[in-house]
Amino acid sequence: MTPVGLPHILFLSSCLFFIGMYGFFTRRNLITILMSLELMLNSVNINFVAFNKYLYPQNLSGIFFTIFIITIAAAEAAVAIAIIINLFRSSNSIDVIDAKEMKH
Amino acid sequence: MEIEILLALNQEWLLCLSIFLLLILFLTIENINQTLIAHTIHALLLVQVLFIWAEPKQVTVFNGMYTTNGLIQFQKSLLSLGFLLISALSLNWLKNCKSIIEFYILLLSSLLGMYFMLSASHMLMFYLGLEMATIPLAAAANLDIEKRKSGEAAMKLIYSSAFSSAILLMGISLIYGACGSLHFAEISNNLVQNNLSIFGFIMLFSGFAFKISAVPFHLWTADVYEGAPLPITAFLSVVSKMAVSFVFIKILFQVFVSLEVIYTISLSVLSILTMVVGNLFAIRQENMKRFLAFSSITQVAYILIALMGLQGMAQGAIIYFLLIYLFSTVAAFGVIGIVSEAYNKENISDYKGFYAQNKFLSWTLAIALFSLAGVPPTAGFFGKFFLVMAGASKGYFILIIIAALNMIISFYYYLRIVRYMFMEEATESLQKISVQPVSKLALIICLLGMVCLGLYGPVYEYILTFSNTL
Repeated sequence: MTPVGLPHILFLSSCLFFIGMYGFFTRRNLITILMSLELMLNSVNINFVAFNKYLYPQNLSGIFFTIFIITIAAAEAAVAIAIIINLFRSSNSIDVIDAKEMKH
Repeated sequence: MEIEILLALNQEWLLCLSIFLLLILFLTIENINQTLIAHTIHALLLVQVLFIWAEPKQVTVFNGMYTTNGLIQFQKSLLSLGFLLISALSLNWLKNCKSIIEFYILLLSSLLGMYFMLSASHMLMFYLGLEMATIPLAAAANLDIEKRKSGEAAMKLIYSSAFSSAILLMGISLIYGACGSLHFAEISNNLVQNNLSIFGFIMLFSGFAFKISAVPFHLWTADVYEGAPLPITAFLSVVSKMAVSFVFIKILFQVFVSLEVIYTISLSVLSILTMVVGNLFAIRQENMKRFLAFSSITQVAYILIALMGLQGMAQGAIIYFLLIYLFSTVAAFGVIGIVSEAYNKENISDYKGFYAQNKFLSWTLAIALFSLAGVPPTAGFFGKFFLVMAGASKGYFILIIIAALNMIISFYYYLRIVRYMFMEEATESLQKISVQPVSKLALIICLLGMVCLGLYGPVYEYILTFSNTL
């Protein structure tokens, strides 16, 4: 058994990032797209914490950054959900396919 | 120490104060006087603009997270000037707007975010400023709350900006892994060219390209511009684009100096794509707002060309160009806003025979379009000339030939509107539009800016000395 090292964690976080990106491009439900976005942001958090722990344990700037990312992701999700609710009121659907008022 | 913080953050304090005042007003007063609020905010923004003449000083506070100097102060004043002109021009819209206080709270907090973003010298501060600048804008794009288009625009804006900031953050985290620090100065000291740092830089770069809507990442722009209320569209295309470009200059030239080869290649690919695609799409637009969206995409390409040049020249040329871009775009959006408020029409073909009744408005729009296209007597020509000169300073002549060819194409679609206004008969009779005095004053300021900035040399020299001393 090899111990878990930095490469394993980076592999995990990049997998999560690209799964999130795949979800962002292929899902049709607006809430699911939001979840994929959160997945991408969380993979960044894993990256920061891993770099901080394995490479630069002398200061904590990576870990501080994650705290701010989590907070801002929450704020972003709040605004996004408010917008989704407003869209749902006007069209009774949160399918991204129905957002086709403007096209060219 | 406390006094130092107070003095360094003077512009930010002023904005915070007005946001809090507006919040208190919003909670306590029921019958609001729209004009009074608008004029109070205008006065406040005017004070912000007058900081242009404040004593330039170099201050670093908050453990080196926040720095300010003469150049940054100047850039902040330019952003305030942009917002002031936009707000004065959209007075007609604001008078009918039920949520005027929300409008100002959201846009002022976005402006505050941009201020912090400009002053950031640490990645965390930069990221916080960027998010503070974009999240309120998404909410503001939904201000026409009954209109479905507005909701769709807000949805597209928040999703694409969240996606782009996720990519940007991934880039920042990889650069942290490569350098071990998030301070700009330390990153630029520790950065060496290896696979990790290149990958991180490319991600950061694409995040930025999203925000300034360079071409592979431009898809949200036209839809958001069309759906959002006009003042918000103008704010997005002028103030927010200016802020991101200023920071982009700073990050490229101060932080990623050691990756110069990589960023030159990425910039050249991106600028060629942006010019060609932006131009081709602008030709086929029928809606005025969508048309201006693609025109602003094309203008970004010329900024990207200048970024490839030597630092001193590029910085001065870009700031000068953005100043002219501010006046031209604000004037164009202002006229379109006044027209769409009066006639409820936004298509290009609706401008047929516009000159017959509205002489002042059509001259303003025509000069703004000439300036955007870069026809010599207007300032737009000089702006583009200096941008291309800066791009030529390192000898990328093929790119400059492509840029020149694209400028010729762009004459077609800019001048098509001028032809509609002056040379074609109106299909139906249009009435004369009465313009508010404040809006008229703002239009005259824009006109003066577009005509005089190019002919009055000291402005460019002033900006150039600023950017060379730092």
